[in-house]
Amino acid sequence: MNILELQNLKKYFATQKAVDDISFNIAQGDIFGLLGPNGAGKTTLLRMITGIFYPDSGEVVFNGRKFDPINDTAYIGYMPEERGLYKKMKIGEQAVYLAQLKGLSKADAMSKIKAWFVKFEMESWWNKKVEDLSKGMSQKLQFVTTVLHEPKLIILDEPFSGLDPVNANLIKDEIFSLAQKGSTIIFSTHRMEQVEEICNHIVLVNKGKKILDGTVKEVKNEFKENMYRIGAAILPEDIQHPAFEVIKHKPDELLLKLAPGTKTNDVLQYFISKNITVNTFSEVFPSLNEIFIKLVEGTKNARQFQEI
Amino acid sequence: MNKIWLIIKREYVTRVRNKTFLLSTFLLPLMIVLFIAGSIFLSVKSEEKSKRIAFADSSEFFKPLLRNDSSKLNFVFDKTIDTVNYTKKGFDGFVYLDDSANHHFVLRTPKAASMSTISSIESKLNEAYQNYQLQKSGIDKAYLDSLRKASSRYFSVDNKGDDDKIVNAGVNYAVGFGSGILIYITMFIFGAMVMRGVMEEKTNRIAEVMVSSVKPFQLMLGKILGIGAVGLTQLLLWIILMSALSLVATAFLPADIMSQVQQIQNNPAVVNNNAAQFNEAAKLMANVSSLNWPLIIGCFIFYFIGGYLFYSSLFAAVGSVVNEDPQEAQSLMLPIMMPIIFGFIILSSNLNTPDNDAMFWGSMIPFTSPIVMMGRISTSPPWWQLALSMVLLIGGFLFTTWMAGKIYRTGILMYGKKASWKEMIKWTFRK
Repeated sequence: MNILELQNLKKYFATQKAVDDISFNIAQGDIFGLLGPNGAGKTTLLRMITGIFYPDSGEVVFNGRKFDPINDTAYIGYMPEERGLYKKMKIGEQAVYLAQLKGLSKADAMSKIKAWFVKFEMESWWNKKVEDLSKGMSQKLQFVTTVLHEPKLIILDEPFSGLDPVNANLIKDEIFSLAQKGSTIIFSTHRMEQVEEICNHIVLVNKGKKILDGTVKEVKNEFKENMYRIGAAILPEDIQHPAFEVIKHKPDELLLKLAPGTKTNDVLQYFISKNITVNTFSEVFPSLNEIFIKLVEGTKNARQFQEI
Repeated sequence: MNKIWLIIKREYVTRVRNKTFLLSTFLLPLMIVLFIAGSIFLSVKSEEKSKRIAFADSSEFFKPLLRNDSSKLNFVFDKTIDTVNYTKKGFDGFVYLDDSANHHFVLRTPKAASMSTISSIESKLNEAYQNYQLQKSGIDKAYLDSLRKASSRYFSVDNKGDDDKIVNAGVNYAVGFGSGILIYITMFIFGAMVMRGVMEEKTNRIAEVMVSSVKPFQLMLGKILGIGAVGLTQLLLWIILMSALSLVATAFLPADIMSQVQQIQNNPAVVNNNAAQFNEAAKLMANVSSLNWPLIIGCFIFYFIGGYLFYSSLFAAVGSVVNEDPQEAQSLMLPIMMPIIFGFIILSSNLNTPDNDAMFWGSMIPFTSPIVMMGRISTSPPWWQLALSMVLLIGGFLFTTWMAGKIYRTGILMYGKKASWKEMIKWTFRK
């Protein structure tokens, strides 16, 4: 079942087509990656999903019904890229306040916050003010306030920026466990290695248009270039065959690009016939990073201002 | 609705708990009272001690004329004193005729004499000379003195309204000016507080988190109402404190004045019959307490709330379109501040004629009515005018809040460049 369906969303600003006819679906329980270079329209898209902006045209369907910003925001948790908290407010009170705005009762909010604070080792922070926190600490607090009301849809814009590896892992584990409990997570970033590690479904937008949509596996399959890596104890210098081309040659490893129509077994046959002991043989998929660069590179890097 | 309530509560609680709120609430009335008490105390204390002045009067013209009835100056006629030895003989000053043709005297003192000393010597000399001339023209001095002793007021005039109550223009003036200026100041203070609150939310980037939970209009309204409640709390505390302090102050007034006040209040006619009997202070007190205070305080609270709501939403709109730079806020605030200042100018320049055209229109137009109407309120304007002014003000703040909400909604999430007036107007009329 799809928790979120975007249908032909459009949002134009004075000089920009920020989002220009984008549609995609997100299934319940997905960890969804929304990717794109700077200025691609990701934040605008997210703001339409969270009900901050109304689309110029198109529709957002949330949980099978037309998205209703007033009531449905209680089921959404949004952590914007620019973190924001009241600096002069005590941390405990702030978390309670934000939870209450999401519709939780005070007692409910208190017990949930206490549980999260224990989990994240933040118990001693309750009476501190936000201005006393370091960047990483306030990031953790922001994450807690985002997921506190157990939203069905959690939207995280660059959740790991400014976090050390230990804390980043802490948050990452929480993201996985939230997804396991049935929450859907939208994850917006341009850090591809994180996407590869966490997401199962990605959409790539550029200049307000969707240019890629699929599971990580599908996308990689789509962009694979018939490359294989072969490892052996000792590799002679003179390896040549019409069925493949050697891209990289290391003493114990080769990177091969197979000619179209070549079967992998033919390659193995060649090595066996040469009496070379093969240790490993695996297909090489392009990294998302490479795909991203390949797709975005050809286009003009920066957005241009235009008349609409 | 519940969410607005939460926002109001947060805005209210965080501000009321703040130390500056407590300080300004309790220190301001205390400071006003201390200021008044201090200036009275100082003016009593600064009475100069009696001065011994030697007078060189070789012709003995002034000796019979100058009377030492004042406690401040004590003239001594001694021919042995001159400009050199007067200090040695224990005098504070030495007066001698410098130029008889021009009637010019000189007061010699070791240090510069105070202004009041010089002027009282001058008036003593002039009074003496006047007495001399009156006597010369055959007027009996004792008779003259008896005339002088009696009150110079043979007649008195009081202004009475159709309700047969005495109207005191001075008290009306003071009440009108005081409440007008209080509204003027509070509008600036609390309007600016709203603006800073909105700017804080924008620069802290909390606005984006907030508007994913509540509608921007709710956020703006919650802030305005929360800060308004803070202002109202502060005003009420001030009113309570001030009336408590004035009760304490009246307890220290002499008992006979208080009994006179009661007498006047019970039977205003007595004042007319024997005006001279009554102390001016008692009359003033009676006038102050004969004002329609429930109406004045009620209107004050209404116009405070109305004026605050009218302007604070505009201040919120300004706060939402500026970025970190406070300079930007300054230039956008100016068009909002102008009508407030204009209202104050109308008030202060027409207070003597509370019924003229400028005051009438000023008290109707919502941009200036909170300030100007408070200037008229103690002269009891016609009911229909008061009602019309109130209705217009309510309509006015509904309109400014609606307009500000439109600007705020877009402005709060815009970063980078400051919005121009043209853009803001476009936001207002967009769906």
